[in-house]
Amino acid sequence: MKFNRRSFIKGAATSSAIAAASAIFPGISFADWTKQEGASGMITWKKAPCRFCGTGCGVLIGVSGDRAVAVKGDPNCSVNKGLCCVKGYHSVQALYGKDRLTKAQVRRNGAMVEVPIKEALDIIAARMKETIARHGKDAVAMYGSGQWTIPDGYVASKLFKGCLGTNNLEANARLCMASAVTGFMTSFGLDEPMGCYEDIDHANVFVTWGNNMAEMHPVLFSRMLANRKRRNNVEIIDLATRTTRTSQAADKAILFRPQTDLAVANAICYEIIHNKWVNQDFLNNHVSFHKGKTNIGYGTEDHFAFTDTEEAISFADYQKFLEDYTPEKVEKISGVSARDIKYLASLYGDPTKKVTSFWCMGMNQHTRGTWIQNLVYNIHLLTGKISTPGNSPFSLTGQPSACGTVREVGTLTHALPHGVVTNDHDREMAAKIWEVPVSNIDPKPTYHTVEMFRALDRGDIKFMWIQVTNPMVTMPNLNRYRNGVLKDDRFIVVSEVYPTPTTDIADVILPAAMWVEQEGMFGNSERRTQHFARIVPPPGEAMSDTWQLIEVARRLGFEKQFPWSEDEHIGKIWEEYRRFHEGPKHNMAPYTVLLERPGVMWPFVDGKETRWRFNPKHDPACTNGKDFDFYGKKDNKAWIWARPYEPAAEAPDAEYNFWLNTGRVIEHFHTGSMTRRIPILHQAMPSSYVELNPEDAADLGVVNGEMVKIISRRGAVTMPASINGRGVPPRGMVFVPFFDDSYLINEVTLDAFCPISKQPDYKKCAVRLEKA
Amino acid sequence: MPIFSYLVIPTTGAIDQLYDELTAIPWCEVMVAENKEIIILVTDTPDAVTETELQKQLKELPSLQSMSMTFGHNDDNQPGKPRGDYEV
Ligand code: SF4
Repeated sequence: MKFNRRSFIKGAATSSAIAAASAIFPGISFADWTKQEGASGMITWKKAPCRFCGTGCGVLIGVSGDRAVAVKGDPNCSVNKGLCCVKGYHSVQALYGKDRLTKAQVRRNGAMVEVPIKEALDIIAARMKETIARHGKDAVAMYGSGQWTIPDGYVASKLFKGCLGTNNLEANARLCMASAVTGFMTSFGLDEPMGCYEDIDHANVFVTWGNNMAEMHPVLFSRMLANRKRRNNVEIIDLATRTTRTSQAADKAILFRPQTDLAVANAICYEIIHNKWVNQDFLNNHVSFHKGKTNIGYGTEDHFAFTDTEEAISFADYQKFLEDYTPEKVEKISGVSARDIKYLASLYGDPTKKVTSFWCMGMNQHTRGTWIQNLVYNIHLLTGKISTPGNSPFSLTGQPSACGTVREVGTLTHALPHGVVTNDHDREMAAKIWEVPVSNIDPKPTYHTVEMFRALDRGDIKFMWIQVTNPMVTMPNLNRYRNGVLKDDRFIVVSEVYPTPTTDIADVILPAAMWVEQEGMFGNSERRTQHFARIVPPPGEAMSDTWQLIEVARRLGFEKQFPWSEDEHIGKIWEEYRRFHEGPKHNMAPYTVLLERPGVMWPFVDGKETRWRFNPKHDPACTNGKDFDFYGKKDNKAWIWARPYEPAAEAPDAEYNFWLNTGRVIEHFHTGSMTRRIPILHQAMPSSYVELNPEDAADLGVVNGEMVKIISRRGAVTMPASINGRGVPPRGMVFVPFFDDSYLINEVTLDAFCPISKQPDYKKCAVRLEKA
Repeated sequence: MPIFSYLVIPTTGAIDQLYDELTAIPWCEVMVAENKEIIILVTDTPDAVTETELQKQLKELPSLQSMSMTFGHNDDNQPGKPRGDYEV
């Protein structure tokens, strides 16, 4: 056989398909398999986590010379066992768009001019010093990302909280994961899922709560479908506000009116108690009952403040609270038939069935985001279906390191790498590890993301450094926040890989290294930390976000806190950071272990990963001698919360008579700044659209592709209609994907948020439509 | 010059037909599993236009139930795309 580079790549392609087939169909055999073995030398394969969602699939990147040329799924990674989705397979092409930013730029007399990166870093440090001297430390801010590597987030926290002494540190995960965090904290006292993806191989019932997994978590969805095919006792129920690819693949699809998932979850609990399906033993030993404030507002006004209070209640009080949520009453609120509610309750209530609930943005981007998480946990707690293989309330993430960087490192205004700024002990621990005086760390949180951009608009913040995120596409009520950043004395630094609407408003642009052009770690949805090496060099003067921060920190006089050499800094940072999480509840794997494996789950104790927390068979942190130990709360119990249904911040009325729902598509990651530069993904989904119900389209007199103007109280966007496309909203709702910056749908959305988590609701506001 | 591989599942009973149809298409190489109704397809097209045409042709095969990609390769220089005008 003539053997050239191309035939080698085809050999690699075949091997990858065989590996994937073997993972999905154990025992499958291909006669020609041996011909694929033994080829080597033209491409070297290096492990990394995929960068295009929170699933954390392991990939092997084929490198030829200095260039990444191929991708295959890593068969050794338990997350995906050799599979990837279309974004993963094409991911390396995102490194090579022609318009990669390779040089630093500085705004001079209104125009951006290229400068050496060292000069740009000098300018940034000087501007920060000057701003702090004139306006105080809380006039400078950093806005990062769930796509930051763990070292990126760690050095940002150390610089801003430990050295500069400001809590003006936020990350875009506030927009995607904050309600998941407050849900975990209020119900269990500790963040992140108790289970792991292995739950998929054990569950009999999957309920997707407002979660289009077929497009957003396609590899996990494939794993669900493969289980349904392999075992004859698996069913999938999709509970959603619009019909999606997930609904189409589900065994049963149930539509509810926006925001009424709160009522549906309570009705399921009512029905479980009413039918005596409660796991009484579990309840008696492991659960306590609580209520908080009601009518808690929506945060649409500046300086909105809210603090919940907790009050213990009895099971009888809880039962009485649920009387407002009989299936028949909730049918009227939600549009879900009492029969379907009873069916759902019967699945959760059946002691012979293992049930996993999945959710992501539908429950997180919700003005009662914390509450809906509590309510779904209530269902699992009433039935004791938690922390055992297959029984799992499972909050998924959308970004590759929303968990690893933002939640675990704590890159939010109130948080520290361990604990919160308001806690003396946590501040002392941080000061000790960071070698700074404890008085440096301010005990008062400042601004959450929406309020931080409001502060920038008002002028309370004068300087903001934005890394790995694109807020000039993603902020809700975007017009206000764009006008804010454009005001005269605001100074914006943006670290990016491609030009975006956010680099458009920058005063300094730093070219950033992307993904495997730098060493780093991500942390995925199932508590798995995944290391990747610097596999290919970054282009031009592009520099990792970690190193950019270190360079500026040193210019600000913090050499002592940032002493590492460029060769060793990631390993050293990891080992320093790991000290924050020592102990059986959160121990992280050593750097040397991370180098070897395609990911390691924490708590990592005595060389072992913890797959199911709070379960003593799996979790060495359990010490109470019982069958479960919910050690996150002081009473060693998981908390059931009585949380009512309350309406959305803005609902359709006579003038604005449609719901607007926004989200993503499988081909593109977030704002599309990377995936739209991958030719095959761009060709597959070149531009955004507004999904309409066919009857609404007929009423409006529009056919597929005709332009529709979407108008809210805040802005308007005109875009092509999609009728009976891949998703179909019910009558009275439109859906718009946000990946396309030609159609800035966030000029239309509302900046209302969950008062507890401060996470905005991108799924619900009121609009009207006009044929354009 | 993209190279991709896929796991291809035929519609029930149509594996032989699918094999014949795939082998008749230029740019396609196939490998059939011995003990399951699964075909591995490796495609190797000279340019983006041919790739798009091939994708369309594959989607139209009646004997093909579903395809999942398992590998992607493209070492061509990619065009940059000015925002708002993503011509490829
Ligand atoms: S499912 Fe997510 S992590 Fe896996 S390949 Fe696709 S984008 Fe990457």
